[in-house]
Amino acid sequence: MKCDLEIVGVGGQGILLASTVIGKAALKKGLDVYMSEVHGMAQRGGVVVTTVKMGDKVFSPLIGDGGADAILGFEPIETYRAINKASKDTWIVTNTAPIVPFTVNVGKQSYPDLEEVMENIEELSNKFIRIDAEELATKAGAAIAQNIVMCGALTATGALPLTREEMEGSIRENVPERFIDVNLEAFKLGFESAKEQM
Amino acid sequence: MRQLLEDEPGKKTLLLGNEAIVRGALEGGVGHGATYPGTPSSEIGNTFEKIAKEYGMYFEYSANEKVALETTAAAAVSGVRAMAWMKHVGVNVAADALMTLMYSGVRAGMVLVAAGDPSLHSSQNEQDNRYYSKLGNIPMLEPSTPQEAKEMVRQGFDISEEIELPVLVRTTTRVNHARGAVTFGNIQEPAEKGHFEKDPARFVAVPQNSIKNHPKLLERMQIAEDISERSKYNKMISCNDEPELHVISSGAGFNYINELKERYDLPITILKLGMTNPFPSQKVSGFLEHAERILVVEELEPFLEDKIIELAKDVNPSVEIYGKHTDHFSRLYEYNPDVVKDALSKLIDIPEGKEAFYLPEIELPSRPPSLCPGCPHRATFYAMKKALGKKEAVYSTDIGCYTLGVQDPLNTADYLLCMGSSVGAAGGFSKNTDQQVFALLGDSTFFHSGIPALVSGVYNKHDFVYVIMDNRTTAMTGHQPHPGTGFTGMGEPTEMLSVESIAKGAGVKFVETVDPYDIERTIEVFKKAIEHEGISVVVPKHPCVLIEEGKIKGGKFQVDQEKCKQCHICTNQLGCIALVRDGDKVSINPTLCIGCTQCVQVCPFDAIVPEVKA
Repeated sequence: MKCDLEIVGVGGQGILLASTVIGKAALKKGLDVYMSEVHGMAQRGGVVVTTVKMGDKVFSPLIGDGGADAILGFEPIETYRAINKASKDTWIVTNTAPIVPFTVNVGKQSYPDLEEVMENIEELSNKFIRIDAEELATKAGAAIAQNIVMCGALTATGALPLTREEMEGSIRENVPERFIDVNLEAFKLGFESAKEQM
Repeated sequence: MRQLLEDEPGKKTLLLGNEAIVRGALEGGVGHGATYPGTPSSEIGNTFEKIAKEYGMYFEYSANEKVALETTAAAAVSGVRAMAWMKHVGVNVAADALMTLMYSGVRAGMVLVAAGDPSLHSSQNEQDNRYYSKLGNIPMLEPSTPQEAKEMVRQGFDISEEIELPVLVRTTTRVNHARGAVTFGNIQEPAEKGHFEKDPARFVAVPQNSIKNHPKLLERMQIAEDISERSKYNKMISCNDEPELHVISSGAGFNYINELKERYDLPITILKLGMTNPFPSQKVSGFLEHAERILVVEELEPFLEDKIIELAKDVNPSVEIYGKHTDHFSRLYEYNPDVVKDALSKLIDIPEGKEAFYLPEIELPSRPPSLCPGCPHRATFYAMKKALGKKEAVYSTDIGCYTLGVQDPLNTADYLLCMGSSVGAAGGFSKNTDQQVFALLGDSTFFHSGIPALVSGVYNKHDFVYVIMDNRTTAMTGHQPHPGTGFTGMGEPTEMLSVESIAKGAGVKFVETVDPYDIERTIEVFKKAIEHEGISVVVPKHPCVLIEEGKIKGGKFQVDQEKCKQCHICTNQLGCIALVRDGDKVSINPTLCIGCTQCVQVCPFDAIVPEVKA
């Protein structure tokens, strides 16, 4: 009953809420939880790395190389950047929708070929799931619910020491009331999309 | 947030380190809290802002950290338990008051939380604030986890009251911004209003008094040393077998060594130090006597290590001590499980972890933080450079969102030291070069430390354009109110101080306010300001787009590809992150665009038009 989870993405994608939903569900289940978050300057469209560690007893809020049980990537190249936290036993769940950094827009750098990024990961990992969270969240009724789509996909892998029902309960408790239905639908679509690939 | 007020001892909840610090203060019966926001300490104030009134205490955002510390000291000498908190460099601002406050001390408990930032996640340096405890003779506690942060703040008040000195609780980002299970204790009623009993010999720091108070400080620290020797926070964590290695550790670094010990059941004994000033020399000596090899695990400077080496010379000269002076650890940056494991594996056998993935190198674009779409600062920077034309300028910048002008394509940051440094430095550049000089800072930073340098600059006939970018909030740290917003930290309406009036009051002859969203007019104002001799103050005033006042009602925009001549003025000079460039083609990301019209105004071909929904 343990999961060391690394969540990566870009400031503004709702990563803090996703990690809260997971962390609180684990605490409610009676597990120890230790997380590390990013606040402040780095949030302004920069890389966001959040760690959620759950288990009988957790001692530190960070994960070493190869030490993640799961990586939840909200943006494809950010998933790639975090890949050294993974080993062959790690579930890697990534959003396939790119967010192009401004360094590319000002013509100084370029965004890599997305297929190459995906294929490189797939070559190494047998536990790799791709989710078009943007499309699924839109289908659920709100593009902003991509974070919960990703939570659904991660739950489907079984990497979390949490059941589908426990996660759904945590969504009900931690998202504003008027968004609960949309988020539960987003969770379901993410869950199903991952199951189809397993 | 409200859960922090629940008086349910034993309840376990998931708290951010900063929320745990607030809870510790409530359990300690805090009556006064003050701060100037700074990462990683900001959420302490954000939390008090929401609950102070209901709890029944007084809380304020002071104009700067020095003022925050001074109000807090006054509360504590009046018999009200009080806490000030700030980021590590904030203590530099408050240090003048702090060093002398230690001589006179306090009556009710006072805690100063100083939040360090190893690895500089959001800071200009990664100084190790533990040395302040030596410099000022300040008793110091170093929590490793949110739970400990709560307990140490709570206990900090008791220790402070016992020895009549403020107590420093020194945290780091991985404590403040870690979230962990925290068990509640009892909430105490907030301190009621106090009364200041006069005692000039103690509280008026003139030489004849301070000369007597200094030895008293040393006596108090003697008592603090006894507390440190007995402290439950200085504790031994032994192992089942005969230890192969002894470890001494504190702060966030302890978490990683403790994790390795537990995960691999390592034969190491750890002395975890939580009260590190005064140093518990007897306890550590006892530990050293039984050790053959010691590894010291602490982030940043060898604060503990130097002391341990010194002690070992007397206690056990043959003990081998490993740490920073043996290059097992670095004095740079925060630690993590790998850094500690690498050091440990040079001394004892540790099982290999899982083999980490290494992927083929693909050149990934960097993703530094940037100004938001619609940010008024971007328009200010654009207009300023347009007005300047081909002339060379030095941009003396400051601490705030506008520091992001350091990125391409804005490049409006040439020199920066600390809060308020833009103004003093601008004066220095103007006196010593023939370059056009701009000082760039925000409204909150102006009130923090931009005023004395303005006064000094007018007096000394400095010549530069002083740009006070008034976005009606303290944006970077999470939108706290400040003296120009008309609201206090308690949420009460108050006097709304005017940047312009202060500048005029300081004798500035050129003071112009302009809405940077009107780019043409902003360029005109900057042209006049550049021509003006002496200090000219330009106040580009537009609310941050992330606060309610700054929300834009109008629609989004798109690029009319037929009209677009691909000149790239919008991407290369304005550089809004909603403008997406694919080869030479420019388009607008509809999720990011907020309809600010800045790009519409800079496009020479009228190619940016209101969005037509498909």
